[in-house]
Amino acid sequence: MSETVDSVSALIIQKLLDNPKVPRDINGDCKIMEDLAFDSLAVMNFVMEIEDTLDVSVPLDKLADVRTVDDLAKCIVDLQNKG
Amino acid sequence: MSSIFAKFSGTASALGGLIESGGRNPFGVVIEKVVSSTVGVIENRETLLFGTNNYLGLSQSQNAVKAAQDAAAKYGVGTTGSRIANGTQSLHRQLEVQIASHFNRRDAMVFSTGYQANLGIISALAGKEDYLLLDADSHASIYDGSRLSTAQVIRFRHNDPDDLHKRLKRLEGTPGAKLVVVEGIYSMTGNIAPVAEFAAVKRETDSYLLVDEAHSFGVIGENGLGVAEAAGVEKDVDFIAGTFSKSLGTVGGYCVSDHPEMDLIRVNCRPYMFTASLPPEVIAATMTALDEMKAHPELRTQLMDNAKRLHGGLHRIGLNASKQVSPVVAVTLETLGQAITMWNRLLEEGVYVNLSLPPATPDNRPLLRCSVMATHTPAQIDKALEVFASVARECSVLS
Ligand SMILES: Cc1ncc(COP(=O)(O)O)c(C=O)c1O
Repeated sequence: MSETVDSVSALIIQKLLDNPKVPRDINGDCKIMEDLAFDSLAVMNFVMEIEDTLDVSVPLDKLADVRTVDDLAKCIVDLQNKG
Repeated sequence: MSSIFAKFSGTASALGGLIESGGRNPFGVVIEKVVSSTVGVIENRETLLFGTNNYLGLSQSQNAVKAAQDAAAKYGVGTTGSRIANGTQSLHRQLEVQIASHFNRRDAMVFSTGYQANLGIISALAGKEDYLLLDADSHASIYDGSRLSTAQVIRFRHNDPDDLHKRLKRLEGTPGAKLVVVEGIYSMTGNIAPVAEFAAVKRETDSYLLVDEAHSFGVIGENGLGVAEAAGVEKDVDFIAGTFSKSLGTVGGYCVSDHPEMDLIRVNCRPYMFTASLPPEVIAATMTALDEMKAHPELRTQLMDNAKRLHGGLHRIGLNASKQVSPVVAVTLETLGQAITMWNRLLEEGVYVNLSLPPATPDNRPLLRCSVMATHTPAQIDKALEVFASVARECSVLS
């Protein structure tokens, strides 16, 4: 897998910015629920989009440890390296 | 000292807002008197009940009431124990045999609620190495079951067998069993699962399939067995879970299966082992309600006729009602304000429906969720439609 945490993080940010409600100045340190005002359902639905783009499934229990955009990127890269 | 209630501050302000804008707590409605299956007294007014899930009206079955009275007189009012201790009486086994034979399955497990049936069966089946694949719009009991399990949990897009297929393909070669969970009729929207397509995916990928027929049992299928029967794929469904609290009008849950391992599940299932079993009067009423359901297939025809009448009527008025015809008919609104005002005005005009709010609803929009009964008269449905139309105009939902 050629994906790195930085490249996945950039892709997540780009996807987040497709949503007009998301603040324009987000970065990898942003907390998805607190800073972007996503509720748990919105997070799960957003992750589904990323899963499709990167052809990976993120089990819900893994999501429990994800707070920031970079956490999510790291979690996805770990899953890809495992698979 | 930090307050243990601080986490509720968001809920507190949301609930405060709901009560302030509508004048009452939508989650605190009290039915003061039950007049019939379709009419109750709320706030001293006779109110048409369009939000009770009492699909066949059997909560008011006089035969079931009599059976409950007799059972209480004979056995007492409670079992004071769990199914694996002192809480199994001959009535529990009789009910299990009756349910299994009704579904033409090898065995049945009866739980104290439908919620616990899902919690129990999902958490018992899905172990650490296994994968649970859940429809994104699954009921809370399914999500909670997945949390009580130790399995890896993956969501797929609602009612989308291709998306499920894609996600199962990704897991190809990984160890562990795969259990797919779908509902027959979705409780919020009335959407019906394409089970034949899900069954095909299950066969191709060698996974297991559990269908929660909570809202479809007694409602669809030639014998009222639910969507699996209606789609002709019962043999592909490994486990059917359901509840007695909707079409049968009592309380309790069940899981039926042909797998011979059900007795092993009984001793590996916390929500079955560590809670008191159903009381005798509930079991007796449930068995009688099941007999009535079988003896009166015309109830299902009336139910579907009524569902068509309400569904068609709401569409004709111009409201954004459910796509598919089923006894769950939801009207989707764009804003919370509209939903709250309309729900309150409907109640004041004598029509009770459920107010369903995000995140319990799909795609973040509020719903006015109606459920139809076989026992509604055409005149009651027409009256509800009339009130819906006038209230929707008053609230500027319709012009
Ligand atoms: C799809 C679904 N499954 C399970 C349940 C739980 O059933 P019960 O209320 O009987 O515990 C419900 C309803 O509450 C439901 O809608």
